Amino acid sequence: MNDMTPTREQREARLEGMGCKRKRVEDVRFTQGKGNYVDDLKLPGMLHGDFVRSPHAHARVKSINKEKALKVPGVLAVLTVEDLKGVDLAWMPTLAGDVQMVLADGKVLFQNQEVAFVVATDRYAADDGVAMVEVEYESLPVVIDPFKAMDADAPVLREDIKDKKEGAHGPRKHHNHIFEWVVGDKDLTDAAFRKAEVTVKEMISYHRTHPAPLETCQCVCSFDKIKGELTMWGTFQAPHVIRTVVALIAKIPEHKIHVISPDIGGGFGNKVGAYPGYICAAVASIVTGKPVKWVEDRMENLTTTSFARDYHMTTEIAATKDGKVTGLRVHVLADHGAFDACADPSKWPAGFFNIVTGSYDFPTAYLAVDGVYTNKAPGGVAYRCSFRVTEAAYCIERGMDILAQKLGMDPAELRLRNFIRPEQFPYHSALGWEYDSGDYHTAMRKAMESVKYAELRNEQAAKREAFRRGETREIMGVGVSFFTEIVGAGPSKNCDILGIAMFDSCEIRLHPTGAGIARVGTKSTGQGHETTWAQIIATEIGIPADDIMVEEGNTDTAPYGLGTYGSRSTPVAGAAIATAARKIKAKAQMIAAYLLEVHEDDLEWDIDGFRVKGLPEKFKSMKDLCWAAYHSVPPGMEPGLEAVSYYDPPNMTYPFGAYICVMDIDVDTGVYKVRRFYALDDCGTRINPMIIEGQVHGGLTEAFAIAMGQEIRYDETGNVVTGSFMDFFMPTAVETPHWETDFTVTPSPHHPIGAKGVGESPNVGGVPAFSNAVNDAFAFLGSTHIQMPHDYWRNWTAAKGLGVVG
Amino acid sequence: MAKTHVKMKMNGAEVEGLVEPRMLLVHFIREDLQLTGTHIGCETTHCGACTVDLDGMSVKSCTMFAVQADGADIATIEGVANPDGTLSALQEGFRMMHGLQCGFCTPGMIIRAQRLLRENPSPSEEEIRFGISGNLCRCTGYQNIVRAIQYAAAKVNGAEFKEAAE
Repeated sequence: MNDMTPTREQREARLEGMGCKRKRVEDVRFTQGKGNYVDDLKLPGMLHGDFVRSPHAHARVKSINKEKALKVPGVLAVLTVEDLKGVDLAWMPTLAGDVQMVLADGKVLFQNQEVAFVVATDRYAADDGVAMVEVEYESLPVVIDPFKAMDADAPVLREDIKDKKEGAHGPRKHHNHIFEWVVGDKDLTDAAFRKAEVTVKEMISYHRTHPAPLETCQCVCSFDKIKGELTMWGTFQAPHVIRTVVALIAKIPEHKIHVISPDIGGGFGNKVGAYPGYICAAVASIVTGKPVKWVEDRMENLTTTSFARDYHMTTEIAATKDGKVTGLRVHVLADHGAFDACADPSKWPAGFFNIVTGSYDFPTAYLAVDGVYTNKAPGGVAYRCSFRVTEAAYCIERGMDILAQKLGMDPAELRLRNFIRPEQFPYHSALGWEYDSGDYHTAMRKAMESVKYAELRNEQAAKREAFRRGETREIMGVGVSFFTEIVGAGPSKNCDILGIAMFDSCEIRLHPTGAGIARVGTKSTGQGHETTWAQIIATEIGIPADDIMVEEGNTDTAPYGLGTYGSRSTPVAGAAIATAARKIKAKAQMIAAYLLEVHEDDLEWDIDGFRVKGLPEKFKSMKDLCWAAYHSVPPGMEPGLEAVSYYDPPNMTYPFGAYICVMDIDVDTGVYKVRRFYALDDCGTRINPMIIEGQVHGGLTEAFAIAMGQEIRYDETGNVVTGSFMDFFMPTAVETPHWETDFTVTPSPHHPIGAKGVGESPNVGGVPAFSNAVNDAFAFLGSTHIQMPHDYWRNWTAAKGLGVVG
Repeated sequence: MAKTHVKMKMNGAEVEGLVEPRMLLVHFIREDLQLTGTHIGCETTHCGACTVDLDGMSVKSCTMFAVQADGADIATIEGVANPDGTLSALQEGFRMMHGLQCGFCTPGMIIRAQRLLRENPSPSEEEIRFGISGNLCRCTGYQNIVRAIQYAAAKVNGAEFKEAAE
C-alpha cells in the first residue's frame, strides 16, 4: 500500500451512506428556482379548467345554464354532470368503498362542491366563464353537528343510498350512518370497568383541520386521440394508484395511461386521494383534444380537497387506585362529511385507530367507531400521520392525563407505571396489534432528565401558589406525551388499497462505470428521498451515494408502488431498496469469486467491495464488479447488474417518542408562550440524522398549529368560516417555538435495515403534548378537559369559565 | 380585453410584454417570462411563495398587477446565484443548514432573506424571525431557515458559521 491508499474511514466517508448527514441533492435545483412543479408545466395549446362551486351546504340543483358562459371570449366548454354521464364518470369510487359525485348530480352536499367545470384558453378566461354560469338552487336543511346526524328527523343527505341497509363496512343504522367498526372484547372490558377502583370518562374532540401544503392540488391532463393515451402530470402522492383508479373508472387500458408526479410542494396527506379536478381535467382533455390544466386556489384547497380529523372520542379508562390501568373503552363519532372519501387501507374504515391503547399495557380494551355523513367536505385523510393514529394518540394521551389528575398522580409517573416493558416485545395489544420493538422507560426517563422534569414541577407548584395569592396572572403547564405510532402500511395480510396489496418496490440498475439509477415506487413530497434512498444503497453495495440517481414518480419507469403517506416510505420502500441492493450484491459476489478464482464463501464484504478472507490484497471493488458485470461474467451467467424487489412487510413498524412541552398562559388575555419543547424520537435505525431532525421540526410545527388554533370550522348553515390563510392558523417564524430534538435507537427487528419511519411522529406526539400543557396549566383551577384548538380566545374563555377572570 | 405594453428590468435584463391590465405580476413572471421559480401558494398575500424583489423592496407578486410593475427593477430567484453560476451564500446556507424540504416556499424565502440581509447584515434570531414572517413554510418549522440565514450572514461578513445542521 502506498500513502495514496484511502483509509477505511475515508472509504466509508466517501460513500455517504446510512447514518451520514448527507446534504440533499434536491436542494441544488430547489434553491435556484429550478424545481419542476405541476403548475410550471406549459404545453402547446394548453387550456385551463376552473370550477363553478356551490355556495350552499345542502341544496337541490334546479338548473344549470351555461349559455352566457359559452359566449365569454376564450371559453371553449362547460362540463356539467350530464356531460360526465355520457362517459359514465358522473360519480367516482372513493378509497373507502363509497362513491362521490364528480360534478353535482341533482343536489349539492357541501359548500364549494364542484357543480360545473369551465374550460378556457387561459385561467383568467376560465374565471370569467365561471362567473357567467347560472345555477338555480333550492336550499335544503343541513346537518352540521355530527351528534345530530343520526337524529330520527335528520334530513336525508345521501339520497343515492338512503335505502341501502348495508354499506362497504357492514350494516348501516340510519340514513346518515356510514359504518360501525368494532374491535376488542366488550364483555371483558365491561367487567374490568365494573371491578375498577377508579374510572374516568371524558368526551375528547379532535377538531376538523386540513393539511394545507403550500402547493395546492393540481394537474395537467393530455389525451392523445391518435394513440388513445392519457398522460397526467399531477400532485399525486401515490401515482401508480392514480393510474389504476383511472384505468378502472375511465376504461382506458392501464398501459395507455402515463401518470407523472413531478416535484411536489408538500403533501401531508392532502395529495393521496383522487379529486373531481383530476377527472374533469382528463375528461376536458378528451373532449377538447387539448392538454387541460387544473390548479386549485387556496380557498378551494381548504374547503374541498380533503380534511383531517373530526373525531369525537368518548374515552373511559379503568384503573386501580394506585394507578395501574385495567381497561380502556372508547366510542368514536367520526364526521366524514358528505362522502366517505377517507384515504385508509380498504379494510380499515377508521384507519389504525385501534392503536388507541397507546404505549400502555391494557389487559383489555373495547372500541367502537360510528361514521356519519354531514354537509361538510369529504376527506378524512391522514394529515401527516398514519391512518387515524394522531386521533388515537391524542385520545389516549389526554385520557392518561385525565386519569393522573383524578388519581392525584404525576402524569409522567402514571405513564412509567403502565408502559409496556422492554421484555414484553413483540407485544400483542388488546386491540390486535403486534408491536415490534420498544424501550419506553428509557426514552421517558431520558426526556424527564433532559428537561429537569422534577424542577419544572416544583416551579409549577410555586407558581400555582403565587397565582392563588394573587401575585401573578400567569399559569404554567407541563405537557407530557408519550406516543407509539403504527406506520409502514403494510403487510398484504391486512392492508390493501382497492384490492392492491400495500407492498412497495425498487429497481436498481448499475451501469458499467460504477454508477447507477434506482427507481422507487414512492414519491417524495419534501422528505428528500433522492438523498436518503441513495444512502441506503451506498451502505448496502458500496457505491457512493453521489453516484446513484434516484427517480420516483413516473409510472412508466418506476416499478409499481403504493406511494408516500402514513410514514410508509422507509418501512416499506426502504426495505425494498435494501433487498434489491442485496440481490445485486449477491450477484456481484459471484462475479468477484469468479474473478478472484475462489469460492464465494471465501469472500467477505469490506465497505465497498469483496476481499478474500485472510488475503487483504485480493480485493474487487464494487466499481470493478460493475465493469465486470458487462464484460467478464462467469460462464452461464447473464450479463448486467440490476435487480427489482417488491417488499411485502411482515409487520408494521412502531416508532415511539417522549415529548415534553412547557407553556405559560396569561389568564386575562389567553395569550400563551411555549417556553420549551423537547422531543425525543425513536425511529429505529437513523438513515440521515439531518433529515430526521428536519422532519421532526416540521411535524412539531404542524402539531403546534393544530393544537393551538388551526381549524376548519363551519357555521350552523354550513359556511366554512376558516377558508383562507387569514382565518386558518398558519404559524409564521414568529409564533413557531424553538424545537429541541433528541433520540434513542431501538431498531425494528423485522426490517432489513431496522428503520421505522419518522416523518409523522412529531405530529402524532406533538398535538397531545401541547394540549396536555394547556390542560395541565388549567387543571389546578378545577378543569379536567378543555377542547382544542387552544387559541388565545379559547384560553381566555376557559379562564373565564373557571371563574378566574372577571 | 385590450392589452397594455409593459417594460421592466428582470434579473438585470430588459423585458417587455403585452398584458391585460388585470394580469397579476406573478402570472406575467411565471407564464409570459417563463420564470417559474416564483411560486403561488395562496393568492391572498399571506404565504409569500410569490415574493420578488422590486425596486429594493420585498413584494408579493400575487398582489400586484403587471402593469403596476411597468418600469420597475425586479429580481427573482433565477437571478440570485453568483455570476459564475455557483450558489450564493444564502442558497448555500439553505442547503448546508437543511433550510428547505419540499422547496416550494424556498425561492420566496431566499429572495426575502436576501433583502433582509441587505437591510440588516447581522440580524439577531429575533430579527430574522420577524423579517421572514411574511413567508410561510409548511415543512421546516423555520428553525433551520433561521440557521441558513445566519450561515449566509456570517459568510458575507467574512466569518464562519459554527453551528452545523444536525
